[in-house]
Amino acid sequence: MTRAAQAVEATDVSRTYELDGVSVPALRGVSLVIEPGDYVAIVGPSGSGKSTLMHLLGGLDRPTGGRLVIGGRDVSTLSPPEMARLRNETIGFVFQAFHLLPRTSAVDNVALPLVYRGVGARERRAKAAEMLERVGLGHRLHHRPNQLSGGEQQRVAIARALVTDPAVLLADEPTGNLDTATGAAVLALLEDLNTTSGVALVLVTHDRDVAARAHRQIVMRDGAIVSAPAGPSIPAPRRPTEDES
Amino acid sequence: MRIAEAWRVALDALRANRLRSGLTMLGVVIGVAAVVVLVAIGTGAKREVEQQVEGLGSNLLIVVPGRLEFNSAPSVSRLSLSDVDAVSRVVGDPSRVAVTVTSGETVRAGTRSTFTTVQGVLETTPQVFVRNVARGSYLTSSDVDTARRVAVLGATVARTLFGDRDPIGQQVSVAGVRFRVIGVFAPLGQSLGVDRDDEVHIPVTTAHRLYGTNRIDGIAVKAPDRERIDALGERIVAELSKRHPDTEFSAVTQEQILGVLGDILGVLTGVLAAIAGISLLVGGVGVSNIMLVSVRERTREIGLRKAVGARPRDIGVQFLLEAVLLTTIGGVTGMALGVGAALLVGELSPVPAAITWWSLALAFGVSAAVGIIFGVVPAQRAGRLDPVIALRTE
Repeated sequence: MTRAAQAVEATDVSRTYELDGVSVPALRGVSLVIEPGDYVAIVGPSGSGKSTLMHLLGGLDRPTGGRLVIGGRDVSTLSPPEMARLRNETIGFVFQAFHLLPRTSAVDNVALPLVYRGVGARERRAKAAEMLERVGLGHRLHHRPNQLSGGEQQRVAIARALVTDPAVLLADEPTGNLDTATGAAVLALLEDLNTTSGVALVLVTHDRDVAARAHRQIVMRDGAIVSAPAGPSIPAPRRPTEDES
Repeated sequence: MRIAEAWRVALDALRANRLRSGLTMLGVVIGVAAVVVLVAIGTGAKREVEQQVEGLGSNLLIVVPGRLEFNSAPSVSRLSLSDVDAVSRVVGDPSRVAVTVTSGETVRAGTRSTFTTVQGVLETTPQVFVRNVARGSYLTSSDVDTARRVAVLGATVARTLFGDRDPIGQQVSVAGVRFRVIGVFAPLGQSLGVDRDDEVHIPVTTAHRLYGTNRIDGIAVKAPDRERIDALGERIVAELSKRHPDTEFSAVTQEQILGVLGDILGVLTGVLAAIAGISLLVGGVGVSNIMLVSVRERTREIGLRKAVGARPRDIGVQFLLEAVLLTTIGGVTGMALGVGAALLVGELSPVPAAITWWSLALAFGVSAAVGIIFGVVPAQRAGRLDPVIALRTE
C-alpha cells in the first residue's frame, strides 16, 4: 500500500449534530495534519470534541464543514462502501472497551479486518498469528476474549488494528480500562509499534502522563483546538476529567 | 466479504444463541410441517377418491333421479324395474345395466349380528362394476327372476358373522327373513375410513318384497366405449324423461363425478394449505422479531465490524443470511417432521396421506422466502447503523 504524504489532513473541519431540530456544534473549524510515523496525543476534557475528532479522523463519521483528506482521499467524495474500504485499508482502531468479538478466538478476532478485504482463511490466520506473535500473544492464539486478561485483550485489539498495515492507528483511551502497570505495558507496546512499523499513532486520552509521552499534543476545548504545539510535548494545561466512554 | 465466510458467520451467530435460534425455528418448523401434513392428507384423500371412482369400472354411467347439483333438493326416487327394462332396450344389452336399491339392515347368523348395507341388485353387477367373488358364486338371473332368498356377503360381514368358518350354504337372517349364503366377495379394503366390504347383495326382486317397495335407487350402465358414453347418457335421460315427464334425471360419468369430487377436495386442500401457510407466516413474523432483537443486541459488534471495514452490504447480508438460515434449517426440519407425521397418519388412521414433491418444494421455497422477506428489514437496519453510535452502545 502506498501512503500519501499526509496520512490525514483536516482543514477547518466542523461537525454539527442535529438534535430535535437544534444544531449542536461538536467541532468548530479544526485543522491538523497527521504525518506518517507521527505520535500525537489528543487531550481535552469531557465534551471537548476529541471523540468526535477521532471518529472523523478514522473515517467513521463525516464532517459537516471543511475538508478532510484521509489516505489521500477526500471523504466528502466517498460513498459509504468506499468509506468502509478506506477504514479497512488506512485506519486501525483501538478502543477503550477493546471491542473484541466474544466466542471468537484471538486469532480470528485479529483476522477480522482481513475478512472484509476478501483474504482467504488460511492466509488470514497466518497473518493474524504473526501479528499476535508481535504483540507478545503468540501463545494465546486460540484463547477467547473471556479467557484473556484485560491487558491481553487490548493487545489482541492492537494486533487487529495493525494486521491490515494501516497508515494511522487511532487509540481511544487505550489504557482507560487497565490498571497502571498493564496500561503502561500496553502504551509501551503501542510506542514500540509506532517506532518499528512507522504507523502514525494518535492517542486520545485525558491522562496527562500518557499524553506527555507523545511527540505532539493537541489540546481541545469546546470543539476547537486550543493549542497544538509541534515538537516535544508539554504537560496538559487542564485538570484531568472523567472522559466519556 | 466472501459469501462462504458470511454463511459461516451466520451459522456461528445462530449457534451462539442455541435456545433462541431453536425456538425461533420452531415457528417455521411447525408451519412447514403443517403445510406438508395437511397437503399430504388433502392429496391423499383426493387420490383415494379418484382411485375408488375409477375402481368401480371403466366407462360407467350412473343414472339417478334429480340433478347432480349442490343446491337441488334430493328427489324421491321414481325409478322402477320397468324403467330399467326401458334403459336396457336403449343400451341394447341388458348385461351392461346394473341397479341398486339400498337399505341398512341388521343381518344375523346364529348369535352374531351386524348392521350393514343391504343392496338389492341384478345378476349383472359383477360385469358392470369391478366386484369379484372369492368363494361360492354370485347371484344368477334365475335367483333374480324367482326372487330367491340368497345372499352374497362382503368380506367384513362374512368375518363378523362366521369368523373362520365357511359361510357358503349357511343361513343368515336379513331383517328377520332367512337367506342362504351363496358367495363371499373378495375384499376391497377401506377407503376414506369407509369399509367397502361391509355390505350384502341380494336379488333386487327379493329386496323389493322384503322392503315392500318397487323403487330403484339408481341405475348404472357400462358403455361399450368412451366415445359414445355422453350420447348414450343423453338417450337414456331422454327415454326416462319421456316415461316420467315431471321428474328430472341425470346420467353422470365417472369423469363428471371425479370433476365434482376433485373440485370439493381441491378446495379442501387449498383451505388446509392456507391455514398451514398462515402458521408459516406467523413463524416468519417470529423470525423478523428475533432478528430485530439480535440486531439490537449486537449493535456493538456491528459497529466494530464497520470500523474494521465492513460495508453496509456486508452487514446486511450477514443478518439476512442469518434469517434465511433460521428459516431454511427450520424448513428442512419441518419437512422431515411433516413427512414423518404424514406417514404416521397414513399408517395409524383411516385418513390417507400422500406426500407430494411439489408440497415439499413449496414448503421449502416458502420458508426460504419467508427468511428473506422477514429478514430484509432487520438486515437493512443493521446495515444502516451509524458506526459511531453503534460503538458507543453499551
